[in-house]
This record gives sequence, structure tokens and C-alpha cells, in this order.
Amino acid sequence: MGDWIVVPIVLPAVMAALIVLAVRHDIILQRVFSITATLALVAVTFSLVIFANGHDPEMYGLSDWPAPFGIVLVLDRLSAMMVFLTSLLGLGVVLFASSEWDQRGKHFHALFQFQLMGVNGAFLTGDIFNLFVFFEVLLIASYGLMLHGAGADRLKAGMQYVVINLTGSALFLVGVGMIYSVTGTLNMADLAIQVANVASGDAALLRAGALILLLVFCVKAALVPIHFWLPGTYANAPAPVAALFAIMTKVGAYSVLRIYSLAFGDMAGDMAWLAQPYLLPAALITLVLGMTGVLAAKRLNTLIAFSVVGSMGTLLTSIALFTPESIAAGLYYLLHSTFSAAALFLIADLVVSRRGQYGDSLNTAPTFHQSGFLAVLFFIGAIGMAGMPPLSGFIGKLLILDAARDSGAMVWIWAIILVTSLMCIIGFGRAGSVLFWKSSSVEGEITVEGAKWPVLPIIAACGMLGGLVVLTAFGGPVTDYLHSVASQIFDTSGYIDAVLGDAAVAQLGQ
Amino acid sequence: MEFLVASSIGLLTACGTYLLLRGRTFPVVIGLALLSYAVNVFLFAMGRLTINMPPILREGVTEYTDPLPQALVLTAIVISFGMTALIVVLSIRTFLEIGNDHVDGRPIGEPSEAGDKN
Repeated sequence: MGDWIVVPIVLPAVMAALIVLAVRHDIILQRVFSITATLALVAVTFSLVIFANGHDPEMYGLSDWPAPFGIVLVLDRLSAMMVFLTSLLGLGVVLFASSEWDQRGKHFHALFQFQLMGVNGAFLTGDIFNLFVFFEVLLIASYGLMLHGAGADRLKAGMQYVVINLTGSALFLVGVGMIYSVTGTLNMADLAIQVANVASGDAALLRAGALILLLVFCVKAALVPIHFWLPGTYANAPAPVAALFAIMTKVGAYSVLRIYSLAFGDMAGDMAWLAQPYLLPAALITLVLGMTGVLAAKRLNTLIAFSVVGSMGTLLTSIALFTPESIAAGLYYLLHSTFSAAALFLIADLVVSRRGQYGDSLNTAPTFHQSGFLAVLFFIGAIGMAGMPPLSGFIGKLLILDAARDSGAMVWIWAIILVTSLMCIIGFGRAGSVLFWKSSSVEGEITVEGAKWPVLPIIAACGMLGGLVVLTAFGGPVTDYLHSVASQIFDTSGYIDAVLGDAAVAQLGQ
Repeated sequence: MEFLVASSIGLLTACGTYLLLRGRTFPVVIGLALLSYAVNVFLFAMGRLTINMPPILREGVTEYTDPLPQALVLTAIVISFGMTALIVVLSIRTFLEIGNDHVDGRPIGEPSEAGDKN
């Protein structure tokens, strides 16, 4: 099974090259290849989840170079879960895009496969510089996808997105450089050992490097004060791409969780839990700011984009506590918020494409085709995002509140999460009533050509909502599994043992 | 030599940051290029500055230069070169589509339209 770890990276890479070289003139063949590859990816990553659940972390050395000299991929429960989530989201996105969006520009499917490759690589890699490379792969693909179909607004937002991410990449390299100059390694497991042994004179340099890296991950995760790129980018990106980007912010959250629990966690001596004092306040402010944006938004896509910012705040609040319970709760919320953000962006596109000239502005307009059916979908998605019962958002927030009970900042966390949930409900309630309810008081009906019953997009949107239902219905087994994920994250010696062997673990104990 | 390298990195970063904060796309692109130069030199220096030393460990070699930063810097150069090309094309495309080269898509001096768009 060990060799299968590399498949989630190689399969999309080969498929992207194949699509762009062999079938670039035939959109039907592109769709067949892309959907088949994504289905295969779902199957592979699901078996990886099953495998990781029954085993200790497993390593795959690229070109069989021994760690820490070569680059390694590491499969543990966390990375298996994340690649499975990516492939499920990818399947929904590719189905949605295959009805019409992929014809609005060139090479959608090739870029999409490259994006999957980058995201999967970032989740699987066990080396910080390799993480940088996979960040670049997923960013380069995302630049292409973001600008898919062009248009003035999209180009403007895309330009800002590219500039902020290039700056982020430069900072990433600075952070990597500082960490390497002190520890002499970039392998995450080896780093976990070296961090504890750093000479006291070099500690400040290492700390600065680690915090610069934290800044870069927070740019990806859209944490205040570096969240400004997200609303513009997500609101102007093509709908399937915005849905796919739901996983991109999670890449940032995953990197924070991985590096600051493994290398700067319990074992790190003076630098134990380095990220915590910075992460928690920033996450809480992000939550407030995101949900305020939900209240203030004048366009539907902006509203959803701000709710993504808010959900990242909730997620990182939970991660920032760095206890097994809070990590398990945060991971549950991570799964939930990925599906609910993707579902909302897809549903919003179905709504916008039927509103003709009114687009996504939150103004009262006449009714449109299937507005009743879409209202139900939007309602379900909004319940999920706002965290109302009965859907998984409620369970997720409940778990987070429960996990925060022993924290020193418990009052703040409870107050802010509860108040922002109310703000989110009001924001979505207002948007829903303007879009679906008040329109019945306006004469006439908007007719848009070709907006009948698009099968694939509706299946994709319902599939994403189905993810929420599954998370709710199987809440017990899912949280049990997530507790085992969290306990494996805290068992850092297991991870180090998988990468470097017994001798390294013995060295750790000294 | 340490002083020379450190101060040139600092100068490049300062100029890059200043240009990055400008309002038009051309200075921003130049700023990003300067910043990537600074980062590349910084990465190069992270394996310590040594001159005339072999990059390979062998029997009897005690003094050597660290080869890993050189490999990393090569990767970083390739990526930043490609990204510079991308952003040049992107800013030209934006200029042609929108009609001006302001990063917010509006001519300098015009009031912002913060009220109706965010």
C-alpha cells in the first residue's frame, strides 16, 4: 500500500498533461478524462483513508532517497482525510463545470487537474521546501482558473490575487531560509527533533523564521489582517473555481496545524506551541470581521465570500487551542465548512445565471425559473453555513464551544462564536428573503434562455449539500474517527518514527 | 563580504517593498522582481558564505560549502522567473481590458467606488 501514497499526486499530473496534449480540441473527451480521473482519485483516496485508519503513519521516499536527505511523502490519518476531502470536492466541481463553465475559456480541465495535484501534494508532503513547491503548483493553477473566462472585474481581482500570493511566496522562502540556516534541515520530522536542540543564541532566528511561515499560512487561510484578497477573489472567480477554492484556505489551516503541532509542539522546549498566542486573537477578529462583512455585503457572491472568511475564523479559533478535543472539533468544522462553502457558491451560480441582468446584486427583482427549488437549496446551504440545527454546522460549533470550555479565553470564544452566528443568520436570512421571497411582490418574471434543468450542476450542488447531511447523520462515527486523527497528531513520535526510524525517536527522548 | 551581502539584500527588499506598495501595475511588477532577487540572495546566504570550497563531502574534506541552498535557490529562481512573466502578461491584459494600469482598476485621482462594490 505504501506506493499508493504518491498516486494522488501522480494521477492528476499525468491526466493534466494528457488532457492538454492529446485531447485539447475535444471538450467531450476532456470532460470524460477529467471526470474519470477524479472518480479514480476518489476511489484511491478513500482506500488511503481506510489504510491510514488501521496503520501507523506511512512514509514514501521519492526516488527512494532516505530521509532526511530526500523528499518524503507521509500518509497519516490527517493527510489521508484531507486528500479524500479534496477529491470529493473536486468531483463536485468537475461535474458542475462540465455542463457549461469549462467552455467559457481554454484548458479548464487541465488546470483543474494541476490544481488537484498541488493541493494533494501540499497535504501529503513531509518536507517544508516541498510544501513551498506544491503551494506554487496549486497557486499557478489557481491563477489560471481564477482568470478562466476573463472579464474586467475578474482580471482586476485576479491581478490583486496574484500579487499578494507572489509576495506570500517570497515571504515563505525567507521563512524557510531562516529555519534552514539554524536547524540545517527542512524535513518536518527531522525539524521536530532539531528544534529542541537549537542553541540559545539561534533561538530568536528560528522563532522569527517560524513566525514568518505562520504569516504565510495565514495569508492562505485568509486570517485578519491579511484576509483582504479573499472576498474580491472569491466573489469574482468563476463559480466552480470559487467552490474549489474552498479547499485552498484549508490548505493554509492544515499547514498551520501540521507544522505548529509537529515541529513547534510539545517537544519544542522553549518554543512549544509557538503559534498559539498569535493565532487565537487573530482568528477571533477574523470571525467578527467575516460575519460583519456578511451583514454588509451588497452582492450574493461577496456575502458568501465573507462567510468563508468567518468560517476560517471559527476553524482557526478551534485549531489555535491546540488540545486534542479542539483539534477534533476543528477538523469536523473543516469538513463541514468546505462542503457548505462549495455548495453555496454553486447554488449562487445557479441563481445568478437565472436572474439575467440583475446578476448577484442583492436587490429585489422579479421571480425567476425554479426559484422555489433553488430557494430550498439555498436555505439548506445557509442553515449549514450559519450553524443552525439540524445540520452539521451546528454540531461543529457545539463541539468547538465544548472544547473551549477549559480554555483561559473561554468567555471570549463563546461570546464571539455565538454572536457572530446570529449575525450570519441575519445576513443570510436577509439575502434569502430579498432573492426569493420579496420577488413574488414584483410583477413579471425573468426569462433567461437555456436556464432549464441543468442536470450536472444540480447533481453537483445537491452532492455538496449531501456532504453536510452525511456529516450530520453519521456525526458519531465521524467524530470518533476525528478523535483518532487528533490523537495521532499529538503522537508526534509516531510520525517521526515513520519518517526517520527508531533511532531518531530515541534521540528525541533525551 | 557579509556586510556587502546583507546590506544589498536589505536595499533590494526596501526598494521592492516600496515599489510593491505603489498604485500602478508597472512599479508593482518591478517591486516583485526586486523582492524575488532579494529572497534568492538571502536563500543563497542561508548555507553560510564560503568562497572557493567544494560543494561535495568527500574523504578528507573538512571545509565545504552547503550545496542544498544552491539547489533550493535554483528552484526558487525558476519559479519566480515564470511568475514574473505571468504577471507581466496579466498586467498588460488588465491594462488592455480596463483601460488603465491602476491596481484597483481606476485612474489615479478618481474617488473610489467603495460604496457600491467591495
